[in-house]
Amino acid sequence: MIQFSQSAKDKVEALKRTYPTKDACLLPVLHIAQKEFGYISPEVMEYVAGVIGVSPARVYGVATFYTMYNKKPVGKYHVQVCTNISCHLEGSAKIVDTLKSVLGIEEGQTTKDNMFTLATVECLGACGFGPVVQINDDYYEQCTEQKVKEIIEGLRKK
Amino acid sequence: MEQILLKNVEGAKLADINNYTAVGGYESAKKAITSMTIAQIIDEVKKSGLRGRGGAGFPAGMKWDFVPKDFKGPRYLCCNADEGEPGTFKDREILEKNPHLLIEGMIIASYAIGAELSFIYIRGEFVKAANTLESALDQARKQGFLGERIFGTDKKIDIVVHRGAGAYICGEETALIESIEGERGNPRVRPPFPAVVGVFSKPTVVNNVETLAAVPSIIKNSGQWYAAIGVPPKNTGSKLYAVSGHVNKPGVYELPMGTTLKDLIYNYAGGIKGNKKLKGVIPGGSSTPVLLPEEIGVSMDFDSLAKAGSMLGSAAVIVMDEDVCTVEESLRLSEFYAHESCGQCTPCREGTVWMTKILDRIEQGKGEQGDIELLERVSANIMGNTLCPLGDAAAMMMLGFLKKFKDEFALHIKSGRCPIHKK
Repeated sequence: MIQFSQSAKDKVEALKRTYPTKDACLLPVLHIAQKEFGYISPEVMEYVAGVIGVSPARVYGVATFYTMYNKKPVGKYHVQVCTNISCHLEGSAKIVDTLKSVLGIEEGQTTKDNMFTLATVECLGACGFGPVVQINDDYYEQCTEQKVKEIIEGLRKK
Repeated sequence: MEQILLKNVEGAKLADINNYTAVGGYESAKKAITSMTIAQIIDEVKKSGLRGRGGAGFPAGMKWDFVPKDFKGPRYLCCNADEGEPGTFKDREILEKNPHLLIEGMIIASYAIGAELSFIYIRGEFVKAANTLESALDQARKQGFLGERIFGTDKKIDIVVHRGAGAYICGEETALIESIEGERGNPRVRPPFPAVVGVFSKPTVVNNVETLAAVPSIIKNSGQWYAAIGVPPKNTGSKLYAVSGHVNKPGVYELPMGTTLKDLIYNYAGGIKGNKKLKGVIPGGSSTPVLLPEEIGVSMDFDSLAKAGSMLGSAAVIVMDEDVCTVEESLRLSEFYAHESCGQCTPCREGTVWMTKILDRIEQGKGEQGDIELLERVSANIMGNTLCPLGDAAAMMMLGFLKKFKDEFALHIKSGRCPIHKK
């Protein structure tokens, strides 16, 4: 059976003391769960439900509503390209094509070595610095085809 | 005009509380908490004419005043830092570079509405900004500006950072409230309004980052001082304009409310890239109807843009040059709304998908006679028939593009191809 680490358990307890209701801890606890387990599987949903004291159905409903909770495993680097209007005007389509060819995968797929998952996403709120690519927690702005190739190379060597 | 929100942000490292207090930071919060009554604060904010910077432009002082004075029990302040409207990247400037200004504004607003606990609802992708805020909050607690007995009084105010998880709809205030409560972000039926029944069923005020960040300057200098900036009496203060798209210098510009769109594009943002011609400009985020080059003399304020048939919205200016295909761009936006519709209301859930399918076939060169009229009908049937403004936003976007670029849509259908990409 899966379990949170001690530091995650401590964070959950702190959240329970902070929020006026236990239900309100659900979004932050799901964020913690994703960091701990990599993605939100049905097993994780059930575990989170037990930790907070709500039904697994409730957790399922919430986890599936929000796109940032990965319901499937993702690679070590989750590469997300903004394709909304401002980034699109700045050429995000070319960035997506470049990443597809560099990584050898299509959107929504993960490389065989589990290093990279490629996705397109809606507006990331960095519209003046497009095209924008988010990799895990970091924003890469004003991307060019050359720049994203170098970024991927850099991550491969890490 | 002296900058209010972004003053000193580039060099002064204001995220460090010592640098912030060195330039007079937290003096306004101290003044409000230790020497002003709630009525005095609300009165100053009303006098300032400050209107909500999230898009709707509702007077902030009036919103605070709606919270029932005789309510026994907790009330809450929620800062909307969801920044999801495509084209908008203004609040991130404050969150990352001037977080204490927001916190100071929130302390004053919390006191004014009687809230002991407040939330900053920040979009999940802004990890860096969320970390910056957490550390700024810790610094403020250590100084006694937050927590128990703030500024040496018996008052208690604290702030929690609540991260979203990727849902545009959570920028809508009742969906934001649901999301804080740990629910799916489905907007609520109104009335009751949040000021009466909000988060955790308690009286709640939801204000945008930029709105709250304007409050310390109003308390410091007076409402009258703020009201003299911009286009008094109804469009006052400074405004963060976020310019993106085909301009030489995209970025966030803090200018007096009422700066013209032309000045923004050609002066501040350095004109169109590659000296190309302007084709159209979305003045206030993706939901606001597009304007033509001959309309850019408009003053960028709430009332002038409404008169021009568009909206100030979040003041996110998206500039499109002559090479843009307006069918393709409206398709991109339509796909966005279809993806982000929460699915509660049938007109929005079905209408945005239908709209996307029609636009897609027009762009593919497979448009049919009557498609333009069909798009107009679908939009009209979404408009006003949904619980929240997401449906309206999709319809306004669509009707704006159709009104201003009908010939281009018609040419796609008539020639059976995209005349811009496949000449």
